[in-house]
Amino acid sequence: MKLEELAQGLHPLERKVLPFLRTHHDAVSLISASGLKEVEVIRALQWLSNKDIVLLDIARKKVVELDRNGTLYKENGLPEKRFLAAIQKKSLSLDAIGRSAGLGKDELNVCIGLLKRKAAIDTKKGKVLTCSITENGKKILAKETLEERFLKQEFPLPLDSLQDELRFAFDELSRRRQILRIREEKTTNVRLTEAGKRLAAMELTSDVLESLTPGMLKQGTWKGKTFRKYDVSINVPSISGGRRHFVNQTIRAIKDLWLELGFKEMKGPHIMTEFWDLDALFVPQDHPARYEQDTFFIKKPKQGSLPPVWKKVRDVHETGGDTGSRGWGGRWDRDQARQNILITHDTYLSAKVLAETRPEDLPVKTFQVMKVFRNESLDWKHLFEFYQVGGIVIDPDVTFRHLLGYLRTFFRKMGFEKVRIRPAHFPYTEPSAEVEGFHPVKKQWIELGGSGIFRPELVKPLLGIDVPVLAWGLGIERHRLFRHR
Amino acid sequence: MPTVTLNRKEFEKLVGKALPTEELKDRLAYLGTDLDEVTDKDITVEIFPNRPDMLSEQGLARAFSSFIGVKGLVQYPVKAATERLIIEEPVKNVRPYTACAIVKGISFTDERIREVIQIQEKMHVSYGRNRKKMAIGIYPLEKIKMPIRYTALPPKEIRFRPLEASREMDGLQILSQHPAGREYGHLLEGKELFPVFIDANDEILSMPPLINSEKTGRINEQTKDVFVECSGFDFTVLHRGLNMIVTALADMGGEIHQMTLAYPEGKKKTPDLKPWEMDLSLAYVNRRLGLELSEKDLKEHLGRMGHGYQKGRVQVPAYRADIIHQVDLVEDIAIAYGYENFVAEMPKTPTLGEENAREKQKDRIAEILVGLGLLETSTYHITNKEDQLRKMEAKGELIELSNALTIEHSSLRRELLPMLLAVLSRNRHNEYPQRIFEMGSVFLEDKDGVTETGIREEEHLAVALCDAKADYTSIRQVLDYLMMLTDREVMVKPCEHPSFIPGRAGRIFIDTVEAGFIGEQLSPAVLANWELDMPVVGFEIKI
Repeated sequence: MKLEELAQGLHPLERKVLPFLRTHHDAVSLISASGLKEVEVIRALQWLSNKDIVLLDIARKKVVELDRNGTLYKENGLPEKRFLAAIQKKSLSLDAIGRSAGLGKDELNVCIGLLKRKAAIDTKKGKVLTCSITENGKKILAKETLEERFLKQEFPLPLDSLQDELRFAFDELSRRRQILRIREEKTTNVRLTEAGKRLAAMELTSDVLESLTPGMLKQGTWKGKTFRKYDVSINVPSISGGRRHFVNQTIRAIKDLWLELGFKEMKGPHIMTEFWDLDALFVPQDHPARYEQDTFFIKKPKQGSLPPVWKKVRDVHETGGDTGSRGWGGRWDRDQARQNILITHDTYLSAKVLAETRPEDLPVKTFQVMKVFRNESLDWKHLFEFYQVGGIVIDPDVTFRHLLGYLRTFFRKMGFEKVRIRPAHFPYTEPSAEVEGFHPVKKQWIELGGSGIFRPELVKPLLGIDVPVLAWGLGIERHRLFRHR
Repeated sequence: MPTVTLNRKEFEKLVGKALPTEELKDRLAYLGTDLDEVTDKDITVEIFPNRPDMLSEQGLARAFSSFIGVKGLVQYPVKAATERLIIEEPVKNVRPYTACAIVKGISFTDERIREVIQIQEKMHVSYGRNRKKMAIGIYPLEKIKMPIRYTALPPKEIRFRPLEASREMDGLQILSQHPAGREYGHLLEGKELFPVFIDANDEILSMPPLINSEKTGRINEQTKDVFVECSGFDFTVLHRGLNMIVTALADMGGEIHQMTLAYPEGKKKTPDLKPWEMDLSLAYVNRRLGLELSEKDLKEHLGRMGHGYQKGRVQVPAYRADIIHQVDLVEDIAIAYGYENFVAEMPKTPTLGEENAREKQKDRIAEILVGLGLLETSTYHITNKEDQLRKMEAKGELIELSNALTIEHSSLRRELLPMLLAVLSRNRHNEYPQRIFEMGSVFLEDKDGVTETGIREEEHLAVALCDAKADYTSIRQVLDYLMMLTDREVMVKPCEHPSFIPGRAGRIFIDTVEAGFIGEQLSPAVLANWELDMPVVGFEIKI
């Protein structure tokens, strides 16, 4: 960039700092010379450095400072010295020493440990602990200790400068509470580059305009002036705005696909009787999925009521009823079906749709997106609440091939070119199929959901006739995986 | 789903063909199993719960070899019964039924014993519903003196040394001290009599569904002939289960012998491996699958799945417990035809898509609030009393779960505002202002008896603004703007609300119907409960 262009693009702060750079070479002196605030100088230097006008050399060094106790001890002497002074004449109890030397309980304990280590005192345990000074103790009292010498230094003290005895004293004092602390000091040294030197020597015109104000517009004072050039390539601080939750964004996208395919959206409660969640779907009452550990039960009211169709559902479980099935055998328990639970899958709503559909309304195509619940402990892989999307097509003219047609169309719209369908097992569909999509990055088949044609044992009691009902259920987490690839 | 691990060499020997790994994986997947892993040594697959007959190496190999070739119905010869088992009256109220067989001439290697144990265990878990529906016992025949009695005794009188125990125990001790007793003891707990198999020497063979005797119930490498029993509550279930086991043993080279079961009400003979018959209509198959199969195709596809077929009647193998309706055969035909060979098709009849009206309204609300710069949250439905009530300084009842795993997630929410406060509380380290909203279900008791569950679910909207300058004006502005854009009349009347500063809360009426509450501010006590040191204003309404 040409020097003139650089000059025109300078921010007012840069302009203010620049003239001082010829005579001042570190941030601290620049601050006092320019009269600017520290942040202003630092920002100006940073910008100038980005434009290669200055070279910055930031040096960090550690310095030692006195902490709370350090400041006190520097004034009043170290506790162990005060301790020894108190017993110089005669041995005293710990309490008496504390009173005479002005030491707290913690400090007394530190002193005893320290002084015994240096063989400066003897202790005697009677009713109370008494301490007496030793010969060695007297010597120590008379002499200036290394620690005392250390405290007499000028602070802050560069950590690197500590040698030998002072270093030893530093280590000793560092072990004790709140005597010393270490701070990192930063010094910024500045040097003009060649371009910077030339720029600093230039007469910087001050008639460039900074921002365009309403006043300028009203009075037309901008005419004939130039505006300061901005560095438009810079990064600016990020902002955040309002937005929908990402799960709801995914749901919106999935819903749009099903709506475009001519499906009607259904809604229903999250608490339901087991009857609709499982029995109406022809899930046998002793099916492992119905074991207590998978389902959340409601404490009060424990049970709900059954719709009139319950007798037909009972018959189909016990004997197959009039569906041509043998049923599951055994006795169907009405009380079990009445239990209130948090829904374990969205398919219950499909059963309700069947029960509410009249044969003359066909074809009917519905779908739902719902939170479902599983009694699992929460960790990164298992959620006890998650979303499912499911749908059905009730149509006397559809076949297994149409099921594949819907699934392929849906997933193509979702962005999966490769989808395969494999045999699977679900208690309420026959044939059943697992849908898998080929993950283009991971290069493997990933489970996307389950599907099939509802069993006649499910359809006939609820709808009154046996027609093919194509059904599928998909977890939405998988879809996010693909959409965000 | 039960996972089984098979020795690949052994499997290939049974199938009579070795396939390259990729093809093997592909074919196993399309037969209808979930593949875990195939290595040079092992094949690990998950078996769907409807096919317990494939839980054994033999069963899976039988299904697989037929699937890749066409075998048709395999007939298993059964020798006539020479031995007898007597079912006595006392067992009727405890565990009433058993189905039994004798299988002779198997060479039990170490590997084979492991296989048999695996079959037994997998069948216990899945088909046997953890031994509740069916428990299996397998015994070395040479240690047993016929006839066997199946009866029930008071637990104190049952004394034998169970497998894996160092000493003799009585029935109750087994329940409380033996590992199998502790795991499955609940199946017998509280019963006055426990079921037992006893031989003619009065030796107790086992106490089903728990454990065999060490003396008469352990198979070892010297064993050649075995006695097999299945016990439970439904004779048909047991008989099918027994068929699955004896056919697997027959595939190991065993010879199946029937047994006579003398029930108090009359005699039965098991196993009966005669295939049973079911009607199947070709038109039904084609209509379901969208195919145009001929009767010849039908016969071939059924044969691939191990079924026989003749003039509209299907012979179903005696070990297939999952065929209860002709749709089950339809699925087998689809599998044999190959899911990968179906051509996808879209129906010609168009239908109209229709979004749920309430969901449409929620979308509109979200659009307006996002336009005001608010962020949407999505929290759990399952929460707790502490958050919903105590931290809000509120009283009342929640819909509770009876089997929650943690107290933190033990009740259902009745308001959304506490959920928003939880979000704000977790985000204290983030920048302010924080302006959030959520829409979703809340759960209340149905006092009017309208719903079938006795619980009413409402859809709510809650908005919370958290900022040093958050005041009544700013939250009321959000409410008014929302109401204006959705063309509603809003009115607020003063009220007392335990969560808000007294005198600064109001009841919201939308189009003259009471719909929720609004307030400045959440009281300092509530904010302290949530460890918030920033004012919060908010409202919650029913949508």
